[in-house]
Amino acid sequence: MSLILALSTALLFSCGTWLLLQRRLSRIIIGLGLLGHGANLLLLLSGRRRGVAPFVGATDGERVADPMPQALALTAIVISFGVTAFLLALAYRSWQLTGDDLAEDDVEDRRIAHDRRVLTDEELTDQEALRAAGAEADAGGEALGEDR
Amino acid sequence: MMRVLLPLPVVLPLFAAGLSMAVARRRNLQRAVGVVTLAITTAVSVAILVGVDRDGPAAAFMGGWEAPVGIALVADRFTGLMLVVASPVLLAVLVFAIGQPGTEQEQPSFHPVYLVLAAGVGLSFLTGDLFNLFVAFEMMLTASYVLMTIGGRADQVRTGMTYVVISLIASVLLVSTVGLLYAATGTVNLADLAVRMGDLPEGVRLAFSLLLFMVFGIKAAIFPLFFWLPDSYPTAPTAVTAVFAGLLTKVGVYCIIRTQTLLFAPDDRPAGFILVIAALTMVVGVLGAIAQNDIKRILSFHIVSQIGYMILGLGLFTVAGIAAAIVYVVNQIVLKSTLLLVAGLVDHSAGSSRLAEVGGLARRFPLLGWLFLLPALSLAGVPPFSGFVAKLAVIQAGFDAQAWAVVAASLVVSVLTLYSMTKIWGGAFWGTPQVLVEPTDDVTRRHGGTVPMLASTGALVVGTLALAVLAGPLVELSQRAAADLLEPGAYLDAVLR
Repeated sequence: MSLILALSTALLFSCGTWLLLQRRLSRIIIGLGLLGHGANLLLLLSGRRRGVAPFVGATDGERVADPMPQALALTAIVISFGVTAFLLALAYRSWQLTGDDLAEDDVEDRRIAHDRRVLTDEELTDQEALRAAGAEADAGGEALGEDR
Repeated sequence: MMRVLLPLPVVLPLFAAGLSMAVARRRNLQRAVGVVTLAITTAVSVAILVGVDRDGPAAAFMGGWEAPVGIALVADRFTGLMLVVASPVLLAVLVFAIGQPGTEQEQPSFHPVYLVLAAGVGLSFLTGDLFNLFVAFEMMLTASYVLMTIGGRADQVRTGMTYVVISLIASVLLVSTVGLLYAATGTVNLADLAVRMGDLPEGVRLAFSLLLFMVFGIKAAIFPLFFWLPDSYPTAPTAVTAVFAGLLTKVGVYCIIRTQTLLFAPDDRPAGFILVIAALTMVVGVLGAIAQNDIKRILSFHIVSQIGYMILGLGLFTVAGIAAAIVYVVNQIVLKSTLLLVAGLVDHSAGSSRLAEVGGLARRFPLLGWLFLLPALSLAGVPPFSGFVAKLAVIQAGFDAQAWAVVAASLVVSVLTLYSMTKIWGGAFWGTPQVLVEPTDDVTRRHGGTVPMLASTGALVVGTLALAVLAGPLVELSQRAAADLLEPGAYLDAVLR
């Protein structure tokens, strides 16, 4: 049982990390959710004893489960629930503003890429592609801006 | 007495947040609730500091369950000092926000969320329990997510997303670390952890030390985990940026200092590693600041750079070093908030905080010029201001510990800090007068801001000057606090009885 839990934790963490590295905000949010679940499973796994449910007065000297990790996991679940709701609202706002679900380019990065003068041929092609992509995104953004 | 006082810095703002929500439609009442609550919290903080300085560390147990089972709130001198500095800054920034016209601060949700933030900061300082620390961080951070994106503007959403995602990753790592620590030791109470940590194998102890350093390092914005900060802070409303700059990263530093000194024996602390990180944080932060052309962005990079000094003081792990780090944290909380508020005043009076778009403000608004000049000189470490006292303490501690390379780096960074302060001064305050907008109301036209804005900024500037005048008692108090941190016997006795 512990092995299965440990493997699921590992799976959740790896899938979460992979999704987090994507550019779509919805995937990033799902990734964070998976990471949170992985952490909660880890909390459960950290309990040291198993047994019956740990209610005061309900057991007579039997072996009770360690209640601490369950309390911790419950708290963590509630918190991640609230934060996920906020993230979804934020992603929705971002979609409203940009009309797209992609994480946006950093403004500074784009400016630096734009300002660089001395470049090798290979970099130049790269940069042209980047600039074209940037211009496309700008045009797209403006067009949508006019829509509103 | 302490049993009653300790929960107050958390309970009062939380209760007031609820009240503030209930009276959301009556703006003046809502403002009064916020100001009165934070004023009382400030008084309570002073009482806590006086109490723990006289009688030693105190603990209060929630729900009557004694540690290590129950949740403990613990205050020692370090906690008390942090509370005493943080509460008035929270109060001053709230007054500034009230005085600043603009839709963002006038949202009905601003005051309740701000009070939750205050409660989260208070709980982070007071908690004696690692899991509870996670809860405190979440309280503080969730409030900060809302405050950062409260306007819902495109740039706020873009940078807010980065900020939220990075903070959440740090939170997941913190929960995982807590889980692993519980699996290894069977407790999450900090004092109990300190006792049981010695039973673990050496490698595991080092791993935990580094994990905790990294987790809190993301919140404290140390190199190389700071890239979210200079992007996200400048887009928030001014008052929000000021309180984030003053408090949030310092809470991270507080947690690093607390966990590294309390949980780990002298041989387990990665001192050399911490010193290298400190030097890199200072240098990279200040180089970033030099490249910027916007007052808020310059100051945001300086937040990072100054964190390096605090980590440097900690990395020495001597009484003088940690005392210097504490003095530095105290100074920076006040200084950074002040400077960001001044940046907000520039934004308010001239319509922009970009150096290319404003100029000659010192002639136009002499008061604003003074409000910037005094804390800016202090930040650069020019005598006789408070920043000089703090830098001197760090550098002296570095000399005593013979950490020559880091001390040299810190001196160079200090010069570069002065350079970028002169850059702001030359760009925005000297030169030909240039503003983007003409102020509408009378006081702003003459002095650059409304009365509450100028008064709260002025009060904080006086606070930075007071820190210089009171440098002697402050350094002595910090030395006592640092001695407590390195010899945590009294802390353990207070919690575990």
